[in-house]
Amino acid sequence: MLFTSYAFIGFLCAGLIIYRLAPIKARPYILLALSYYFYAHAGLWCVIFIASTTVVTYLVTVKMGAMTAKRKKYLADSKDILAKEEARNYKARDKRSRRRVLIVGLLLTLGLLAVVKYTDFTITNINSLLDLVGSEGKIPLAGILMPMGISFYIFSTVGYMVDVYREAVTPTRNPFHTALFISFFPQLVQGPISRYGDISKDLFDPKPLGIESLKLGAMRVLWGFAKKLVIADRALVAVKLITGNPQEYTGIYVVAGMALYALELYADFTGGIDITIGAAQMFGIGVKENFVRPYFSKNVAEYWRRWHITMGTWFADYVFYPMSSCKLIRKISGALKKSRLPRRAAQRIPVYITSAVVWFATGLWHGASWNFILWGMLNFAVIMISQEFEPLYARFHGKFDGRIVRPDSAPYKAFAATRTIVILSCLRMLDCYGDVGTTFSAFGSIFTGGAAGAAGTGIAAGAAGAAGAAGVGGFISAVGLDWFDVVILLAGTIILFAVSMLQRKGSVRGRLFAAPFALRVGIIIAVAVAVVLFGAYGPGYDVGQFIYNRF
Amino acid sequence: MEDYLDVVKQILLDLHPELDGDEDRDGLVADGILDSYDIITIITQLADEFDAVITADKITPENFDSAESIAELVDEILNE
Repeated sequence: MLFTSYAFIGFLCAGLIIYRLAPIKARPYILLALSYYFYAHAGLWCVIFIASTTVVTYLVTVKMGAMTAKRKKYLADSKDILAKEEARNYKARDKRSRRRVLIVGLLLTLGLLAVVKYTDFTITNINSLLDLVGSEGKIPLAGILMPMGISFYIFSTVGYMVDVYREAVTPTRNPFHTALFISFFPQLVQGPISRYGDISKDLFDPKPLGIESLKLGAMRVLWGFAKKLVIADRALVAVKLITGNPQEYTGIYVVAGMALYALELYADFTGGIDITIGAAQMFGIGVKENFVRPYFSKNVAEYWRRWHITMGTWFADYVFYPMSSCKLIRKISGALKKSRLPRRAAQRIPVYITSAVVWFATGLWHGASWNFILWGMLNFAVIMISQEFEPLYARFHGKFDGRIVRPDSAPYKAFAATRTIVILSCLRMLDCYGDVGTTFSAFGSIFTGGAAGAAGTGIAAGAAGAAGAAGVGGFISAVGLDWFDVVILLAGTIILFAVSMLQRKGSVRGRLFAAPFALRVGIIIAVAVAVVLFGAYGPGYDVGQFIYNRF
Repeated sequence: MEDYLDVVKQILLDLHPELDGDEDRDGLVADGILDSYDIITIITQLADEFDAVITADKITPENFDSAESIAELVDEILNE
């Protein structure tokens, strides 16, 4: 069930009526039933995966919770008779036992994700190696379909199990609550990756709901629809044409594709999360924000703190920090300090080793293919280079501060944000083209003047010719758009920018609902009319699933 | 705890010389002064200086938000 379908709107309205009319104690169970109904639309076979994950998570968390409770009781009961050393040893034994339970849980859940997501990738690479050594034997691909949202709910689940192990949260003993945490439907399409500690109270202990949450949530959903249908799906037409025909669309077309993909991805992913957060809010559930104006970031590291925040913090808390404080990294760090390396390098190398592993995993999480792995490693390289050049930047700004442009001035911030967008657009080509060789060839064509060739032949010329247009008009036709699309996309970009600027001073919806009645209703009607009139529907448009749904 | 505080402040100053004179401030994480790279550097330095192993569950924004909270963390770990 697509978020942007009539079926979803009908499901959401019916679900809200049932949920809000039901007794408060029954609401978590209603929400669970709604979530499984929603998920079953992706295929009944998908339900088997989420249900199995739930059973494993429930057993593992309840077991760890019981062990913790037993330890606490024993230590409290025997605090007068146990020596400090004995208590410490008892705690250490308990931690080791809980760790074994956690490892079983991690192997089963991450193992499931690995099987459905990476089996064919592994087989393809083995077959390539067999080719290299001249073997004629080939392993057939397994062709396993990936259940919707599995990357998101498995990560939420892993976070929950680790948090129970760390005693950061107390696990629920109600299996239906565990099932609801894992399957809460607004998050199944494209996240965000929620933490148990952030969302469980709202899910399991609902409060009486007023009209306010309904109004604010509905406005957020409407805004999400506008971003997705008016902007993202319109830009998608050109992006698909350009990246789907890399031999035809070279040079300046590649640049246009990169710019349009930056717009499409932003409108698509943030629009989808708006729908998720808005829908959850209408049920009285607070879902964490996943973006903080990412395109205003001064560098790539800052961008990753503001884009898909729940994924970044997940990797930080469950991969980066544990790995950084593990024995191996501490040993490497100790050895480097004793070496002849400069102090700064000895300090940074262990951090970079850990960071490289995290970015490799981030790439792999996005997709089981080399283009995503390379994308992850290039992100790491850009961040590392930027960190290493920091002292140089500081010297430069120290020397020229005020004479050229101050780093805290608006023009410099605009330059830095533009630079970040350009770098990220280049890296995202690996995602758009889906293949490392094609990406490099398309990127190279920007500098080798492939535009003339593209404009003169094949699909691009055909489209431009059919439209009977030359110059800018011909270019627009060649990428599958018309002037109307361009006006809508430009207006959409300006509105997105203006809303982002307003967000810096606080909630836009809060101010909207505090505005005079006529203005408030006028704006809401204008957004709704824009979705209906300017949404990219009908022939030539592919009302598609959200980009992040495939991850 | 006072023993650790001076070392922690020195580590912070090595990483962020701009904190000179302002080492007692809080909000180091909340205000974005310390990033994940800085935190890991602090952790490895504390392991070297005091043999204090800070495990991942102790790496929270609150524990790293000021020199004092970091020194308290070291104190807590060494007295566990």
